[in-house]
Amino acid sequence: MSRIAARFESLRARGRTALIPFVTAGDPNAATTVALMHAMVTAGADLIELGVPFSDPIADGPVIQRATERALANGIALSDVIAMVRAFRATDAQTPVVLMGYLNPIEVMGYAQFAAQAAAAGVDGALVVDVPPEEGHDLVGALRAQGLDLVYLLAPTSTEQRIRRIGAAASGFVYYVSVKGVTGAGHLDLVGVADRVGVIKSLIPLPVGVGFGIKDAATAAQVARLADAVIVGSAIVSQIEDLVATPERIPAVIGDFLSGLRAAMDGADRG
Amino acid sequence: MATQPATTAETIDDRRARADVRARTPYHWPDADGHFGPYGGLFVPETLMQPLTELREAYERYLGDPQFQAELDADLQDYVGRPSPIYLAARWSRELGGARIFLKREDLNHTGAHKINNTVGQALLARRMGKTRIIAETGAGQHGVASATVAARLGLECVVYMGEVDVARQEANVYRMRLLGARVVPVKSGSRTLKDALNEAMRDWVTNIDNTFYIIGTVAGPHPYPAMVRDFQSVIGREARAQMLARTGRLPDALVACVGGGSNAIGLFYPFIEDTEVAMYGIEAAGDGLETGRHAAPLNAGRPGVLHGNRTYLMEDSNGQIIETHSVSAGLDYPGVGPEHAWLKDSGRARYDAITDQEALAAFHCLTRTEGIIPALESSHALAYAAKLAPTMRREQSILVNLSGRGDKDMHTVAKHEGLIL
Repeated sequence: MSRIAARFESLRARGRTALIPFVTAGDPNAATTVALMHAMVTAGADLIELGVPFSDPIADGPVIQRATERALANGIALSDVIAMVRAFRATDAQTPVVLMGYLNPIEVMGYAQFAAQAAAAGVDGALVVDVPPEEGHDLVGALRAQGLDLVYLLAPTSTEQRIRRIGAAASGFVYYVSVKGVTGAGHLDLVGVADRVGVIKSLIPLPVGVGFGIKDAATAAQVARLADAVIVGSAIVSQIEDLVATPERIPAVIGDFLSGLRAAMDGADRG
Repeated sequence: MATQPATTAETIDDRRARADVRARTPYHWPDADGHFGPYGGLFVPETLMQPLTELREAYERYLGDPQFQAELDADLQDYVGRPSPIYLAARWSRELGGARIFLKREDLNHTGAHKINNTVGQALLARRMGKTRIIAETGAGQHGVASATVAARLGLECVVYMGEVDVARQEANVYRMRLLGARVVPVKSGSRTLKDALNEAMRDWVTNIDNTFYIIGTVAGPHPYPAMVRDFQSVIGREARAQMLARTGRLPDALVACVGGGSNAIGLFYPFIEDTEVAMYGIEAAGDGLETGRHAAPLNAGRPGVLHGNRTYLMEDSNGQIIETHSVSAGLDYPGVGPEHAWLKDSGRARYDAITDQEALAAFHCLTRTEGIIPALESSHALAYAAKLAPTMRREQSILVNLSGRGDKDMHTVAKHEGLIL
């Protein structure tokens, strides 16, 4: 069983919804990222999504675009991101890490090479935003050969047929994009999300995470009632942006923010 | 996607030429999933998969719909001004010596370039699909103007994304778009040029898919765009093939077209693909020179990767980040290229070469002085290559150059290179 599957199984046994923070690797600098990952785990993160910077992030809103630009200005490459996971694994063998990004850096490294290096460093899976199952065959093969999960997005526009197809291709969990839009978009429609998550869960057996548009503890608590995982990205990254001048404060500030989300979600679980 | 729109001004020769192409067409790209060999495809976030499926289905349906085709043909004739003529550049050809050079006069189209062939088609499709809002990306502004033009005519809301750098260097086109009622949004992310405008348009589309139709201006993007834009633009090659046969009794020996994304080149090449005796040359922007790295020539100096929904040749660094391009011509300033060109290159059917800023500017002046035709800087790249090619060929041979646009928009750029401020 993969580290991701094991983590979701143990959470289910404890009746706890996963909290999955997203941060862009190397934002605002390479040194901060690993310390931030540990701080997030301490604050209650169950799995970490680490963004791999790409020059043309078409699915991302302005907040994560700017984080990407800061990371690229630091020269952060895919191999650097893998190295950060290796460093994180030196003291945390438990928390799953999923790399989230776009295909071209992986394409340049080579699928097999990427899968081998990532697995050796302790990466657990990848979410490649611009690879739908129609184009994912070779990538899935390379990742599976190294025991890595390929996490897929589902969208409000996904038909039942697509949900089934993606369910068959994905492993670990699926990531339901809760709004039509880019990361950090607003106006989460909770009734609509509840409905779609219900449909997804009736069609595929994988855990369902919900992300895009979860900004605060109250929303996180509401989403926690209907999903297996709450994914928070832009709300964290915008706080990192506010602290670029004092990066040493970032792990503590983000840790506090996540503790608040965790407490609200756990209250929701009990309720 | 084999059915092609016909113009109402079609002659017997036109029809014969078209039937000829179809009868001998084992060339069948793209496949059902939008691949041209290993290139093309559908590399987009999940939210766009269903809208792209709907677009593909609608496009395939209307392609075979006689009423849609009749409407398109009428628009191409009455609104765009088709067929565009072919013109023998006799004086220029004599000066160069060697092959005779014919120009396909896409510069005479409404709005001054080939771009309108495609926007007329996509706008009709948008209306049939019940979309009320048009978005587009633009570099030089020609596609933005062509999109704003058709949106004005059909009464559709229009938003054009344009890199902040391009907004500054193409002021006149920005004003034209605004006059036409479009909202021009300067894009401040990334390199603030065409590729970033495309990123921003995709983000808009993801957010507003219910009412919005995204008119992509070139043969790039996710399936079905490369095939759809090719089909709308191939009216250029269909006309030109029949016109050359009627005029000279034979096909041209060589076709030359500039390649940024590559829509005018594919539009010219596609109806000639099975005419293997016709050489095809796609000309990229070598900028300051391929050896300087400051260029926009992915087919000549890039390598395959994935950007903007398709796999194709890209300008990228060793980590897979897309790098900034350079060309004196904003319309060629793009780090990718249509996937069908990538396939035509690998398969050897077309050859791709590159022309520097200086060579393009020289050709710009040359055509202007010898023929009284001011070409767009994009098209000047094709002209510069034809000027190299012609002297290597015999007098009874002919070259057909796609004069894809007129140069009015480039007055400021050319003047600046002469040290003048207009």
